[in-house]
Amino acid sequence: MTGVAEKTYIEAIRDGIREEMQRDDRVMILGEDVGAKGGVFGVTEGLQKEFGEARVLDSPLAESLIVGVAIGAAMNGLRPIAEIQFQDFIMPAMDQIVSEAAKMRYRSNGDWGVPMVLRSPFGGGVHGALYHSQSIEAIFAHIPGLRVVVPSTPYDAKGMIISALRDPDPVLYFEHKRCYRAIKGEVPDGEYTVPLDRARVVREGTDIAVFSYGMMVHSSLEAVDRLAADGFSCEVVDLRSLRPIDREAIVASARKCGKVLIVQESNLAVSVASEVAAIISEDCFDSLDAPVMRLGGPEIPAMPFSPPLEQFYLVTPNKVEAKLRELAAY
Amino acid sequence: MTRTETKARAGLDAETLRLMYRHMLRSRLLDERLWVLNRQGRAPFWISAEGHEAVQVAFGMNLRPQYDWVAPYYRDLALTLVLGMTPKDHILSVLQRADDPNSGGRQMPAHYGCRRLNIISTGSSVGTQLLHACGIALASRMRGEDAVTFTSIGEGGTSEGDFHEALNFAATHKLAVVFLVENNGFAISVPWQKQMPTEDVADRAKGYGIPGVIVDGCDAIACYRVAREAVKRARRGDGPTLIEAKVLRLTSHSSDDDQRRYRTSEELESDKERDSLLRFKATLEELGVLTAGDADEMRAELVIELNEATEQAELAPLPAADTAMLHVYAEPGDWRG
Repeated sequence: MTGVAEKTYIEAIRDGIREEMQRDDRVMILGEDVGAKGGVFGVTEGLQKEFGEARVLDSPLAESLIVGVAIGAAMNGLRPIAEIQFQDFIMPAMDQIVSEAAKMRYRSNGDWGVPMVLRSPFGGGVHGALYHSQSIEAIFAHIPGLRVVVPSTPYDAKGMIISALRDPDPVLYFEHKRCYRAIKGEVPDGEYTVPLDRARVVREGTDIAVFSYGMMVHSSLEAVDRLAADGFSCEVVDLRSLRPIDREAIVASARKCGKVLIVQESNLAVSVASEVAAIISEDCFDSLDAPVMRLGGPEIPAMPFSPPLEQFYLVTPNKVEAKLRELAAY
Repeated sequence: MTRTETKARAGLDAETLRLMYRHMLRSRLLDERLWVLNRQGRAPFWISAEGHEAVQVAFGMNLRPQYDWVAPYYRDLALTLVLGMTPKDHILSVLQRADDPNSGGRQMPAHYGCRRLNIISTGSSVGTQLLHACGIALASRMRGEDAVTFTSIGEGGTSEGDFHEALNFAATHKLAVVFLVENNGFAISVPWQKQMPTEDVADRAKGYGIPGVIVDGCDAIACYRVAREAVKRARRGDGPTLIEAKVLRLTSHSSDDDQRRYRTSEELESDKERDSLLRFKATLEELGVLTAGDADEMRAELVIELNEATEQAELAPLPAADTAMLHVYAEPGDWRG
């Protein structure tokens, strides 16, 4: 019998992983502290007890190893989940991700592939300072051969981790830390999948199209609700997949509304927002009633520690609201 | 000399010894042909295995093709031939043809890969394959298989972080991985003295609590024995071995390099005299395993194979331009795990 229960984002990810591990004995987890501790955020809590040390493997503190070993395991028939503890620490594994996982299928002319999932938390607002707050998804969204997804709801979190584990190519699955316990929602029991290449219209509207992903979808929704009280109708689109990006959905909402705001936590230069803006300028030129606007972090290396500095960086509902009002008045 | 006497001296029977020589010669002749194609302007690039053949053949003959796994590096031409790839396969690659089984003409030559033979696709980043080997071995163990994963690297690559990470992990988990370092003393132009503080890479095995073995890579029989032991050890579940073969780089780093700019002519001449092929041939003649006539006959046969392979590869089509868009993600019919 299947039902629906209210769950947190983190529970939904764990449910998806656990159920897929029960169904498919090729699925295993590899990462720092994923075993007895259950990960520093608790995503893999209880999984080592249920599936054993071989399938939930505590790795040494070496990110290139985590990804490199996962690549080899995937090529020899497993479906590994490589967990990188914080997105900030993915850098030592860049060679394995970009030179190896992303290019394996292409360089072997389809002979080999890397059916691997790389999970990693990202984002700030948790007093994580420079090296526990970054949003560097754009770096990976630039790389052909990778899939990059960012679920924003518990429903999508579960359905997309299952889809990712069934995908034949490397999927980078990024989880916003503030979603883990703050975001709750209905999650069906049992098996379902969510596509890895489709955006979702979260709120329908006609005046301004807001494109966002991850925690910023929730900040955008809060801001949009405030504008609704003043009679402005905003459409909110959760991009969900950053590579491939859902061009069709972006174009449809931009054309429909004629005004566009793109909201992300990362700094703006050469980012996901840049790509969305470029798509709109290529395909929606005739439909625009205002310049495409972007809201993101400042052009500083990363999010500082002290509260006033951290708040300065963060994209808050207030900042989204101010930008929406600027756009509405244009 | 009787068969028993030969075996007693070499530790190997005559048939194995002859086959070993044949594999080495086959690789050398192919290698020379690929250089010719390069110098004729028909192949833009080649990166040679000349001087590395003995140890590669030794390992190739001790692995179980299609069951064991191989994560090679760019000098492993002889190894791939022993495992079942053909001269034609590699000529197709050098000529960038669509039917190149390594990559369909997408990668530079010597970036080996062949799904049928469990030779994983390799890129140009040095050292990454050692970690893939660990993951492969982990997967084999999870399925309860006794497959061995072989991986190799030059001594230049041992300066990469992935070298340490892989040895540390394989040793910690007692994985069935055999690590071969083909130490030719040069990372392109940089001699070993400028790469590492001690002469022997194998010494580092102590730090991981695994055996480190040095073998003369010009001594084919010694290489065979070391390979046999390391593969057996891995297969019976006793964990990894780090083998360092002291080999010669008889050619420049690649067709785009000229080692006369950084090595003396005396050194290059002396290397030629130490060539494992000459030495092994002399040993086999001394053991009575191979006569001069046998060697000539073997060579003639291999040249015929090579000529046919070259002709066929030259007739093979180049890839169509629009196929460049394929296999970014899984296409129908691609391997999907």
